[in-house]
Amino acid sequence: MEWETVIGLEIHAQMATKTKIFSAASTAYGAEPNTQACAVDLGLPGVLPVLNQEAVRMAVKFGMAIEAEVADYSVFARKNYFYPDLPKGYQISQMELPIVGIGHLDIEIDGETKRIGVTRAHLEEDAGKSLHEDFHGLTGIDLNRAGTPLLEIVSEPDMRSAKEAVAYMRKIHELVRYLEICDGNMQEGSFRCDANVSVRPKGQQEYGTRAELKNINSFKFVEKAINIEVERQIDLIESGGTVVQETRLYDADNNETRSMRSKEEANDYRYFPDPDLLPVEITDQLRAQVKADLPELPSVKKQRFMEQYGQDKETAATLTSSRQLADFYETVAKESGCTAKLCSNWVSVNFLGALNKANLEIAETPVNAERLAGLLKRIADNTISGKTAKQVFDSLWESDLTADEIIEQQGLKQITDSGAIEAIIDKIIADNPAQVKQYLSGKDKVFGFFVGQVMKASQGKANPAEVNKMLKDKLK
Amino acid sequence: MHNKTITELAKGLRAKEYSSVELTQAYLDRIKKYQDLNCYITVAEENALEQAKLADSQLASADSALLTGIPIAQKDIFCTQGIKTSCGSKMLDNFIAPYNATVIEKFNADNAVMLGKLNMDEFAMGSSNETSFYGAVQNPWDTDTVPGGSSGGSASAIAARLTVAATGTDTGGSIRQPASLCGITGLKPTYGRVSRFGMIAFASSLDQGGPMARSAEDAAILMQTMAGFDTKDSTSVDRAVPDYSAGLNNSLEGLKIGLPKEFFSQDLNNDIASAIESAINEYKKLGAEVKEVSLPNMKLAIPAYYVIASAECSANLSRYDGVRFGHRCHSPADLNDLYTRSRGEAFGAEVKRRILMGTYALSAGYYDAYYIKAQKVRCLISEDFSRALSEVDVLMGPVSPSTAFDIGEKTDDPIEMYLADIYTIAINLAGLPAMSLPSGFADSKPVGLQVIGNYFSEDRLLNIAHQYQQVTDWHQQTPKGFE
Repeated sequence: MEWETVIGLEIHAQMATKTKIFSAASTAYGAEPNTQACAVDLGLPGVLPVLNQEAVRMAVKFGMAIEAEVADYSVFARKNYFYPDLPKGYQISQMELPIVGIGHLDIEIDGETKRIGVTRAHLEEDAGKSLHEDFHGLTGIDLNRAGTPLLEIVSEPDMRSAKEAVAYMRKIHELVRYLEICDGNMQEGSFRCDANVSVRPKGQQEYGTRAELKNINSFKFVEKAINIEVERQIDLIESGGTVVQETRLYDADNNETRSMRSKEEANDYRYFPDPDLLPVEITDQLRAQVKADLPELPSVKKQRFMEQYGQDKETAATLTSSRQLADFYETVAKESGCTAKLCSNWVSVNFLGALNKANLEIAETPVNAERLAGLLKRIADNTISGKTAKQVFDSLWESDLTADEIIEQQGLKQITDSGAIEAIIDKIIADNPAQVKQYLSGKDKVFGFFVGQVMKASQGKANPAEVNKMLKDKLK
Repeated sequence: MHNKTITELAKGLRAKEYSSVELTQAYLDRIKKYQDLNCYITVAEENALEQAKLADSQLASADSALLTGIPIAQKDIFCTQGIKTSCGSKMLDNFIAPYNATVIEKFNADNAVMLGKLNMDEFAMGSSNETSFYGAVQNPWDTDTVPGGSSGGSASAIAARLTVAATGTDTGGSIRQPASLCGITGLKPTYGRVSRFGMIAFASSLDQGGPMARSAEDAAILMQTMAGFDTKDSTSVDRAVPDYSAGLNNSLEGLKIGLPKEFFSQDLNNDIASAIESAINEYKKLGAEVKEVSLPNMKLAIPAYYVIASAECSANLSRYDGVRFGHRCHSPADLNDLYTRSRGEAFGAEVKRRILMGTYALSAGYYDAYYIKAQKVRCLISEDFSRALSEVDVLMGPVSPSTAFDIGEKTDDPIEMYLADIYTIAINLAGLPAMSLPSGFADSKPVGLQVIGNYFSEDRLLNIAHQYQQVTDWHQQTPKGFE
């Protein structure tokens, strides 16, 4: 039988606020345990939550970016369950009336565009962390993370393969960083995902029973976890079993999913509106502010790059994959005044290649857009050849000098003086009579030998175009 | 000294008839002398004398607050930095808050002296003060009877002159009912008027702190300090605070009083009914007009309240899990054992009952039938009050269906106990302000008149109460043996 996979994702994106969603404690990552948890985060008696308006603004921004309905009125609710790293015994989240309603996002899959529905996105507080090692049989609790704002983005079950799920997750990842509402750091848990996976015979309308794969924190693992789970479900059904609704954990070490708890064991969270918080009203003023603040979105930017700079789809996609890179490109283009082709090549190939090789983020680049533009200008005006430019670029990377200073210091200026080039050519021709003979008898390949010799003699500084032209004349 | 009002004491302090230290010591001595009443959970003797000493140095200053050096006491539900805050529970018997409630901060800013922390029903759940881990409180009018609850320690201490005034909190009548049973004056403000920050939550949408004192005049002084917007409490209201003492002497000529007929049904004790009737007659003499009004959904208030309050408390009390603070059982075997034994050992029966009720009401499959239905009833009750208060200025009726009952009389019958709040609960559901005023005696026990006003009309309520207290002396009566 042919099977169809159905996937929906719940993505948790940590909002990049300075302070927590309901307290003034810092959200900075990596501090000593329990040094960034105030009385509110600890859930001490008598404390009250106060909503961080910045988190609301960020959620609204996300809603607008996916063309979703942003609610006029939304409500925080208590999700009740006991766990040692959940200080209040309930998590403040949203159930009915989330901030962001139905929206959508387009993904590219095998050259085709596919629209993925977003059911909702709501704000909630993160829990703390339980540390099961190093406490001699006891469990340590770190509440630094408790109260960190999360935006939970719930998709429709619109994805039909692990590949689509990853494409969607990447797209959301790109978007939240574009919007500067999440740093997207997956190692630190700022961006993580649960996947709801089910299978059904191809052509069947109803969905199969789904399993929820919890807390997957890399693109690679999402793909693997879904594929292995799909395989498990198909094997199970084909051998006469039935899939039960349950929560499963992906074990990356053994590449398998394991049952965590079944639906019967699932908590009854007893959601009800949190009486400590007033309903959130999204005013027209806030909407207008956020709208004015909304950056050009990745898909729009990509389209513009293709039109404005004549880039192919792939280059445009690479250069708009992050807002910083796109800005970098546009600064280079503007500062250098060079052709789009030269700028695109240099940014997407040489510059990105160097960054990747050094394993650096764009924010950490040793060569800023202005310095790179300075180099491209010298290529465009023939001061240096493309080959020399690579050498200059390496020096830019290693020093704080400008391209002009490097060219000057290292004497890399290209020889464009035809007299000087002519002298070199004459000498090469005189020194290599055998090759001249070969060339004149029709061996065109030998031409390359002459070019090489001239370039070598000029220490690479002769203008290759000029050399070509003059050689052709001389060797007639 | 202990029979003087706050205004009189403030004058005495400034005239140097006595110092704040002397005054504080006098109260501390009385507290010790009458400790069998069990009003105080914690007497903060050392701290109080220190505060008094500081206050004495401030008194000379021209801009010192009226409350400077005045000893008052706090219900043990308000968190006090460095001094135990138990909320009447074994669960918090070891809890010392690292911060002050906003209300405490405000009294500190005025240099008031805190004598100690007052007894109360456990987590404010009760109408007799008998659910306290620290034992029942006696009513000074008859020490075999309860003072009411949950602010029973506050009411009893004021009646017995163990403090001149105190704070209370009112979720379903917890200021007004003990005020009524102890013959003192209590004000439950509009929901949102007084900050709840640092006031340990029972039912967040209903809890409201307020002043308790012998007279409306003193209550106005406390209210002035307590009221105001607080950025730490999202449900507090950003609205100017009026001068609560300024209008105390305004005339009541033309005041329109509504008598909700549901408050005067046949169930009401005759002696109480006649005390209320006499009070209404006094108001007529002061120029008020009286008409009957109706609150048709009153009968739904108790069931709706016990769904909403219990639902909220079931979540509010989840934080007491033995993990970070409060009672923790000995050598828990595992996590579940830690939770069940810590909570099982440290919560009393009434608290457990309400957590169970609330958990049930919020459970899947019951939520719509209980919680949502109760919220709808809450809306209907609010609308009843809005309608009634569009016809008249205030509503009047009894606070409690009975006077102080015997200690132990109702402890085995929770329903009977819940009915003690039948006239007060609806006001919390609507979020309105209301007062309890001493208005006579039935069988030699105090009777309280309830005055209910529109939102943020505390100044008017205090004025109405004060005018009554100018022509009656019920509020000046002292229980025998406590003169």
